[in-house]
Amino acid sequence: MSEDVYIIGAGIHPFGRTEGRSGREQGVYAVREAMKDAGLEWTDIECAYGGSAAAGNADIMVNELGLTSLPFTNVANGCATGGSALASAQMAISSGMYDLALATGFDKHPRGSFNASPADYGLPEWYGQTGMMLTTQFFALKIQRYMQMHGISRETLGRVAVKAFKNGTITPHAWRRSEIDLDTVMNAPMINDPLTKFMFCSPAEGGVALILASEKKMKELGADGVKVSQISVKTRPPDSFEVFQAGVSVKEGGKPTVLASQAAFEGAGIGPEDIDVAQLQDTESGAEIMHMAENGFCADGDQEKLLAEGATEIGGRLPVNTDGGCLACGEPVGASGLRQVYENVEQLRGRGGERQVPGKDGNGPKTAYSHVYGAPGLSAVAILER
Amino acid sequence: MPALAPIDPELWSDDAEPHLMGGRLPSGEIVFPMPQGDAAKDIEPYKLSRRGKLWSWTSQGFLPKTPYEGRGNGDGEGPPDFVPFLLGYVELPGEVIVESYIVDATLDDLKLGMDMEFCIVPFNEQHTTFAYRPVGTGA
Repeated sequence: MSEDVYIIGAGIHPFGRTEGRSGREQGVYAVREAMKDAGLEWTDIECAYGGSAAAGNADIMVNELGLTSLPFTNVANGCATGGSALASAQMAISSGMYDLALATGFDKHPRGSFNASPADYGLPEWYGQTGMMLTTQFFALKIQRYMQMHGISRETLGRVAVKAFKNGTITPHAWRRSEIDLDTVMNAPMINDPLTKFMFCSPAEGGVALILASEKKMKELGADGVKVSQISVKTRPPDSFEVFQAGVSVKEGGKPTVLASQAAFEGAGIGPEDIDVAQLQDTESGAEIMHMAENGFCADGDQEKLLAEGATEIGGRLPVNTDGGCLACGEPVGASGLRQVYENVEQLRGRGGERQVPGKDGNGPKTAYSHVYGAPGLSAVAILER
Repeated sequence: MPALAPIDPELWSDDAEPHLMGGRLPSGEIVFPMPQGDAAKDIEPYKLSRRGKLWSWTSQGFLPKTPYEGRGNGDGEGPPDFVPFLLGYVELPGEVIVESYIVDATLDDLKLGMDMEFCIVPFNEQHTTFAYRPVGTGA
C-alpha cells in the first residue's frame, strides 16, 4: 500500500543568464521560493534529492539553507536529472518513510554546445576526435529520417520554434522573451541540417525546487497541493536508437519514451486524450514533434496538420510547452525536467497568468503531463492531477 | 610529408580494400564499434560490409568543442578555420547501422536509401578516418 503524494510548494529561479549568481545560489533561491509557497521552513524538510550537471554537488546547498542533518541525495541522469530527482522524492513519501521531501535541480553551463567525453559514455576516443559525438547531430539525424518516413516538412519544424518564442513572451521565468517570426526561424544559420539556429535550445542557467508531501501532511498544513498521479522513469530497451550511438541495430527496437509514457498512463488509469496540458522535451523543434507521437498524443505524421491548425498552442486542443519549453527557457540540465513539472503545477493551480490554459470545460486544466529525455537514452514522465 | 596514420589502428582492416571493423556476438548479432576490454569477451572481430544504404544524414555547421581534433581546434586555429562536414548513418544490410562521415556529396545529393560505399579519407594533418560516399562518385 503506497501513500498518495502531492506537490505543495513550487519555486523557480528565472532561466537564462544571471551574471554574478552561481548555479547553486540559483537553486537555493528556488528552494526558498518553494518553501515560501508551501508556508514551510527549511527545518521542516525531512529529506532532499537534487542534481546539477555543471554547477557542483546539490547537497552543498545545506551550507546556505541550514545544517539540519537531513539526508540529501545527489542525483545525476543527464538531461533527465530533474525527472529522477522528482521520482526519488516521490518514492520517499509514497513508501511512508517521510512526509515532506524536496526535489531540486539547478545548473549554469558555459556558452555553446555541450561537449561530452567519449570515455564517460563507454565510447572509443575516435568518436569524439572526429566530431561525431554531439547531441545536436543526434537530434538532427533522428528528425531527418523521421521527416522522410512520415512526411513532416521543414516549415513544421519552424512552427514549433515560433510557438515556443511566442509562449516565452508571456512567461516570467523564460529566457527568450521576444517573438521570432517563421521566416527568421527558417532563414537562420543552419546548425545541423534540417535544424537552424532558432530550432535549437541553448545550454543556460536556472534553478527549480518542488516540495512533496504526504496527504496527511498536506491536510495538516492546509496546503494547496497538486496530486502526483504517476511517475515513470525508463532507460533504453534493446535495439533502440539513442544519442551517442556510433552503431545502431538493424532491428527496430523500442523507445524509452514510449515505455515511460505507457507505464505512466497505465499507472494513472487515464489516456493521452484525457490530458489537458503537456510539457514535452523540446531540446530542438524536431524533438517536440517526435515526442508528441512517442508519448501517445498523435500518430506519426499527424503533427504536420496539428501544428498547422495550432492544436498545440495555449488555446488549442492540446497545449504543448506552455512556458516556451527548452527552446524559450534554455536548458540548465539539472533544472530543466523540474521546470516542466513546475509549469504544470502552476497551470493546475490556475496561476498561469497570461499563459493559463483554459482546460476542457473552461474551468482550468485538471490533468497535466511532463516528459523529459536524457543521454544515454532515458525518459521520465510525470502525470499530475488536480 | 609523412603518411597519415589511421585515427584508430583497429577501426578498419589493413586489406587493400579495407573494411570497417565491427564485432560478432555469440548470438550472431553484429555490433559497431568492436567492444573493448572486458566487454570484448566472446566477441569476434567482424569485417563490416563496404556497401550500404543511407539511413539518415545531417551537416555539422559549427566547430565542435574538444575533444574534436579537426580543422579549427589545432594550435593557433579557431572557428574561421573550421570546415563544415556531412555525416550520417549507413545501414549495412543484415549487419548494423554505422555512424560515419559522408564525403563526395552535398546535402542536395543525399536521399534516403541511396547506395553508399566505404572509403578512407584524410582527417587532419596526422590522421585518416573512415567515411561512406554515394556509389559511383569515387575515383
